[in-house]
Amino acid sequence: MTSYIISINGRSQTVTADEDMPLLWVLREKFKMTGTKYGCGVAACGACTVHVDGVATRSCQLPVSAVGEARVTTIEAIGETPVGRAVQAAWIETDVVQCGYCQSGQIMTATALLMEQPKPSESDIEEAMGSNLCRCGTYLRIRQAIKTASEAL
Amino acid sequence: MRHVMQPSNKHRAILSRRSFFFVSASAIGGLVIALHTNQPALAQDVAQTQMPMFPPDAFVRIQPDGRIVIAVNRVELGQGVSTALPMILADEMDADWSRVDGELAPGEDVYKDPIFGIQIVAGSTAITNSFQQYRELGAKARALLVAAAAARWGVTADDCRTESSMVHGPGGKSATYADLTDEAAKLPLPEVVVLKDPSAFRLIGKPTRRLDSKAKSDGSYKYAIDFDSPDMRVALIARPPVFGGRVASFDGAAARAISGVQDVFEIPLVSGTAIAVVADGFWTAKKAREALVVEWDTSAVEHVDSEVLAARYRELVRTPGKPWQGMGEPSTLDGIPKDARIEADFEFPYLSHAQMEPLCITIRFDSDRAEVWSAGQSPTVERTTVATMLGIKTESVRHNVLPGGGGFGRRGTMDQHLEKEAVALAKRLPGVTIKLMWTREDDMRGGYYRPAFAHRAEIGIGANGFPQVWRHVVAGQSFLLNSGNFGEPYLVKDGVDFLAVEGIADCPYDLGAFHVAAHHPSVNVPTLSLRSIGQTHGSFVMETLIEELADRAGIDPIEYRMRLVRENAPKSRAVLKLLKEKSGAWLAGLKPGHGVGTALSEYQRGACACLADVSIDDGVLRVHRVLVAVHCGLAVNPMSIESQFQGGFVFGMSQLLSKSAITLKNGIVEQENFFDYAPAYMPNAPLTMEVHLVESAEPPTGVGECPVPLAAPAVANAMSRITGKRYRKLPIIDI
Repeated sequence: MTSYIISINGRSQTVTADEDMPLLWVLREKFKMTGTKYGCGVAACGACTVHVDGVATRSCQLPVSAVGEARVTTIEAIGETPVGRAVQAAWIETDVVQCGYCQSGQIMTATALLMEQPKPSESDIEEAMGSNLCRCGTYLRIRQAIKTASEAL
Repeated sequence: MRHVMQPSNKHRAILSRRSFFFVSASAIGGLVIALHTNQPALAQDVAQTQMPMFPPDAFVRIQPDGRIVIAVNRVELGQGVSTALPMILADEMDADWSRVDGELAPGEDVYKDPIFGIQIVAGSTAITNSFQQYRELGAKARALLVAAAAARWGVTADDCRTESSMVHGPGGKSATYADLTDEAAKLPLPEVVVLKDPSAFRLIGKPTRRLDSKAKSDGSYKYAIDFDSPDMRVALIARPPVFGGRVASFDGAAARAISGVQDVFEIPLVSGTAIAVVADGFWTAKKAREALVVEWDTSAVEHVDSEVLAARYRELVRTPGKPWQGMGEPSTLDGIPKDARIEADFEFPYLSHAQMEPLCITIRFDSDRAEVWSAGQSPTVERTTVATMLGIKTESVRHNVLPGGGGFGRRGTMDQHLEKEAVALAKRLPGVTIKLMWTREDDMRGGYYRPAFAHRAEIGIGANGFPQVWRHVVAGQSFLLNSGNFGEPYLVKDGVDFLAVEGIADCPYDLGAFHVAAHHPSVNVPTLSLRSIGQTHGSFVMETLIEELADRAGIDPIEYRMRLVRENAPKSRAVLKLLKEKSGAWLAGLKPGHGVGTALSEYQRGACACLADVSIDDGVLRVHRVLVAVHCGLAVNPMSIESQFQGGFVFGMSQLLSKSAITLKNGIVEQENFFDYAPAYMPNAPLTMEVHLVESAEPPTGVGECPVPLAAPAVANAMSRITGKRYRKLPIIDI
């Protein structure tokens, strides 16, 4: 067990954990921030996506020891950014969610896309979102919501 | 606390709409209205129940701030029930929709499905079975509030009208529902109420956004896996590599030595035994499980091999099988020319539900009582199972229903294996709150799959191009047969499980001399319902064969189906007619090189038909556009219906994709995670989808499952149009 100071949603937080404990479980079990979801544990579904220095990152594959001084942003705080706020509003406007379990990851991935590319093409959207699994199959509405958010920005 | 009760109805709820209510002022000062669907000993039960903040048998709670909370008697798994049922109640109640919330009801008798008689999510029946129930609840709540207002103002109820959580009376008098709750709580509920004329619906029939969207978009929505309590422990289970295997010996020393590990012990499974690890969190439990050394004994159980099983099924469907419901002997094909016959063999693999949230349940056992937190589909059965296994009364188990991250049938087991595993942990560690988690690998390799199936159809085609003889044999496991499940007597007839032959035996077509038979072999792989159950394969077989027949006859596939659909299948006729009407403009947009496929399905009293527009470039399938016509009776929430069709189509077409198969080698499941079992991702999904509803005032039917059977055959039929191949083995490896 080692003590780490990591920046989560703009706050420095101290955690004692095994060095190989993935950020996903640090968030969920140490900080009780359960908005970030466990879906596969092998970076194959995207449900655990967070931003690390603004880059969409699969937190199930990021050991806490590798976070360092990077700024971590999660679904709980993405609404505090203009792009995140627009994406969440578009998600609600478009009535995207069904079971909703993958949607934290979808929203974090979509927000990273729009931060990088505010006016994405269809293929930009597909490339950015193409490895986030939604078993309910809400992909059509996700596409639509990203376009709606893009127009609002 | 005061209960005003109407006389109990001694008849079964299933047959009677009579019900009674009690009214009480709740502990927080709001109005609580409960509908009791005549449980015989209910009066006693209620008297003995200590009313907590939210009485478990309440359906409506009007809070002092005016918010109205409506209890939802089904688990929310994404299907939208926690929006649709509140919509129905709020409409009759004339509640202010902007201030309505849905809340999942716990496991309690009052929340039983009025038709099934148990609390359950199954067969897309929530709206079908509870539409009337929730309308009556809303109307009675409204009548009570109106009576309170009328009494306050010294007028009659007829002098009052309601709108947006307010009662308006003569002379400009008005009062909010929240203002009236104390007075309303003192009044007896009317036994009979008049329901709205459908023309007066304010919510029902209007596209309405989900109530849970915001919480599901900001991370605050709590699923079963998110449950937490102080000092909670997390358990993982090391299961045998082959189903039914047993622990021969194990060494848990290394696991126990890991800091944070509380206990390592052997537990029984429904079949076989396993080792449980209980720790202070998931990550510790996972490491401890990896540190276990277990010797397994799998010598006494069958080691299934998918290739061997498929070969066995191919032989089985060439033998007669048991006929479906009095179908007698199949007709002969003699006399039908060889070139007017189709002999078609189909193969389907095991499929994993792969719901996004892996299985999870939390339990706590304190000698004479227990508490469970679960997203299971049948709280009644799960609660009873837990109580029985712990040797305590059912009423002593508090069963909290939490939302699930998808389910698709996986959370509605026949054997309650998840609850039994949880009980084994709770018995060992009483007084400890334990969250039993399944990893993705546990979930994918843990069985309870859509069974593998083979079909063989022998069709004799008449001179008019339509079937004259249709002989059909299905082989695959039945999870209902000898299960003791409450559905078994209704669905298993003469040894044939309807859930294995649906989509064939109940198809809406007149197929001439039609005969369906089935084999249900015993195989050492646990199986279960998958969204749309037998139609996941039955509809694929039927709709690809119908398309092939239409092509052979040189008749437009919609037209062919219209001519083949029985007179007594009006919903199928209606959706085909609507699809035809909408297809003109849609087909005009077809690009060169694309193919169009058609499919029709009747499922759970609804019908739908679709066209799919696909292309294949360099061996890569792309589904561009889908056009759907749906008949689901009165459309309660058209927005939700559209969503279910958009998503359900993606779910259904997943089984075409190359990594959509669970296979076994020497008894061991070969897939582990989403890299080798891959449902549809965004690039696989249609780019546009039009959903058209047949206008109808008929009773509403559920749409959670009915989109699924359409997708795979429609897309495969479109692929056939391009490649000239007929696809009879799923998944499609070689396009």
